[in-house]
Amino acid sequence: MKQAILEIQDLTAGVEGKPILKGINLRIYPGEVHAIMGPNGSGKSTLAAVLAGRDGYEITAGRVAYLGRDLLELAPEDRAREGLFLAFQYPVEIPGVNSTYFLKAALNEIRKHRGQPELDAMEFLTLVKDKIQLLELNEDLLRRSVNEGFSGGEKKRNEVFQMAVLEPRLAVLDETDSGLDIDALKIVSNGVNKLRRPDNAQLVITHYQRLLDYIIPDYVHVLADGRIVRTGDRKLALELEEKGYDWLLKPASAAAGTGGPAAGAAQGG
Amino acid sequence: MSTATETIAGLVRKEYKYGFVTDVETESAPPGLNEDIVRFISAKKREPEFLLEWRLRAYRHWLTMREPNWAHVHYPPIDYQDSVYYSAPKQKGDGPRSLEEVDPKLLETYEKLGIPLKERARLAGVAVDAVFDSVSVGTTFKKQLAEKGIIFCSFSEAVQEHPALVRKYLGTVVPYTDNFFAALNSAVFSDGSFCFIPKGVRCPMELSTYFRINAANTGQFERTLIVAEEGASVSYLEGCTAPMRDEHQLHAAVVELIALDQAQIKYSTVQNWYPGDAEGRGGIYNFVTKRGLCKGKHSKISWTQVETGSAITWKYPSCILLGDHSTGEFYSVAVTNNYQQADTGTKMVHVGRNTRSTIVSKGISAGRGQNCYRGLVKVQKSAAHARNFSQCDSLLLGDRCGAHTFPYLEVRNATARVEHEASTSKIGEDQIFYCNQRGLATQDAVTLIVNGFCKEVLRELPMEFAVEAQKLLGVSLEGSVG
Repeated sequence: MKQAILEIQDLTAGVEGKPILKGINLRIYPGEVHAIMGPNGSGKSTLAAVLAGRDGYEITAGRVAYLGRDLLELAPEDRAREGLFLAFQYPVEIPGVNSTYFLKAALNEIRKHRGQPELDAMEFLTLVKDKIQLLELNEDLLRRSVNEGFSGGEKKRNEVFQMAVLEPRLAVLDETDSGLDIDALKIVSNGVNKLRRPDNAQLVITHYQRLLDYIIPDYVHVLADGRIVRTGDRKLALELEEKGYDWLLKPASAAAGTGGPAAGAAQGG
Repeated sequence: MSTATETIAGLVRKEYKYGFVTDVETESAPPGLNEDIVRFISAKKREPEFLLEWRLRAYRHWLTMREPNWAHVHYPPIDYQDSVYYSAPKQKGDGPRSLEEVDPKLLETYEKLGIPLKERARLAGVAVDAVFDSVSVGTTFKKQLAEKGIIFCSFSEAVQEHPALVRKYLGTVVPYTDNFFAALNSAVFSDGSFCFIPKGVRCPMELSTYFRINAANTGQFERTLIVAEEGASVSYLEGCTAPMRDEHQLHAAVVELIALDQAQIKYSTVQNWYPGDAEGRGGIYNFVTKRGLCKGKHSKISWTQVETGSAITWKYPSCILLGDHSTGEFYSVAVTNNYQQADTGTKMVHVGRNTRSTIVSKGISAGRGQNCYRGLVKVQKSAAHARNFSQCDSLLLGDRCGAHTFPYLEVRNATARVEHEASTSKIGEDQIFYCNQRGLATQDAVTLIVNGFCKEVLRELPMEFAVEAQKLLGVSLEGSVG
């Protein structure tokens, strides 16, 4: 049996003593695309933050294995170097720092970590020009400061562009669809789809079903009140679109304490 | 304390790289300051009578002055009788006639500082005057420059070889009456650099002076005088380092720039004097007066400074825009970490018509550092259509440091246009996390963010030095993020 890229067991986490994730179980195998859906405040973004190692979250129980290693032991930059990528819901502006320079520094850190030679400026530019077309971004963006003065859509496309350059093993896309118009949504989804390979995986976090019209997930998980309350295939997303989340929220509290009905359900791989 | 903060605090602060001491025999004046010391220095340098007289007038004037206390810096009173005012590596016989005869230990010192002086290893395209404690130990590329009529030599040599020029310009931009430290410098200055670019000549290479304090308990008082005649242009750079010592040392320099019609002077500083240790022990008191006179029409003087060193920095490189259509610029990055204090900025005095000035100041405070921008934009009645743009940005790292901005505007001509923008920001945890998530370690992230913040200033530096300055910023802020 293949090794899972990500295996989350009974993960509980919170902020300032307030529990947010209350026992998450999830297993992602190479080649899979998983979607996590859920109402506001269900813990979707917290899950993304905990996986990426953002400061300020307390892990109270459970474990997370990433490619067989204990993910929670790794510093955020080491997680990134090991191929875990987070497309930010709110990409951060870094004034005065050239986008190309930033991305080259990032890629070279990852390459160094893998024991690969660093790319020089020319090699990097060749690579980048190739990838930027994938996202239909203007090359002018490469000369601008990181995310500074970008429109909301440009910021999101830029995240996926970075993902294309860094070629992660596991990409976590945190509400990448929010703030995108339909054309941008198609471009971003198309980019993400093209980056799909048998040896990598994607975890797509979204509030709305419409993203999943373009990024077809193998599994859809519904997160409610810090637990995965339902797992299904893409039909589940359509059902949610139609019925909303309410019908799923009541059983959530009934299942409390057992890890939820969805625990382990995504292990078909 | 959050985990990231702990990690950051745990990063080891890199040692000051230039803190070594060179073991050379020195010849020093006894500590203390009086007319005899002034005469001693002047005699050592076999100076003409006019200069000794000027020094003595400066000294007598200094006695009547009080140390300024308006700056936002704090330090215990300085005992001016405690310091040594002259120290020079001992010379055998008459002293070296050329660089090849300079004490190998001194050459080695500069080599270690990354400033090779020997013929073969010299920095390409940069002429260097190396000042060690009170004297210049040598100047490179002199001959090549002389062929173009450019004079670039130590101040002492200029006094001997070109006394008329020195007499004509010395003290014309910064008179010895200007301020306490300028008066002190005028009385006891020991060496420095002299540059003269004749009419119509563009200096073909960067000129630079590298100042090194070595001896203990010694003040360094150098003077730099740069004159660019009509249509001439020059780019000049100074660098400074000092050994690590527990006592504070005083550095009070004076720099005068004079630009005649259409002349351009670009003056860049990378100041890396020993900043003191993490507890605030030791470090240089850097009390410096720098001023440029745009005397001619369409002349231009541009100051760029990257101030990372010194326990205390007190300096305001300024421009007097006398000539019509003249331009003054000031680009500054000042970093204060640990217990460093900086009170720095500029004065732009608009006298001529259509004069323009630009001020871009970037202050970075970390640790318990205090960083203060103080700037004056003065538009005199005569300065019709003067324009100024000022931008002062402060970046805070951690929550125990301070940033202060004191802009002064005096506008006496209604046609003038003066703009001032200011901002203060804290280096964001979200910025650092974003970089972390892309694989960059926290220290590299800080360096990246800080360099981005300073970009508008760094790009004003000559290429080779911009790279050095970027590295220096990273090192100065190591272990400083909270």
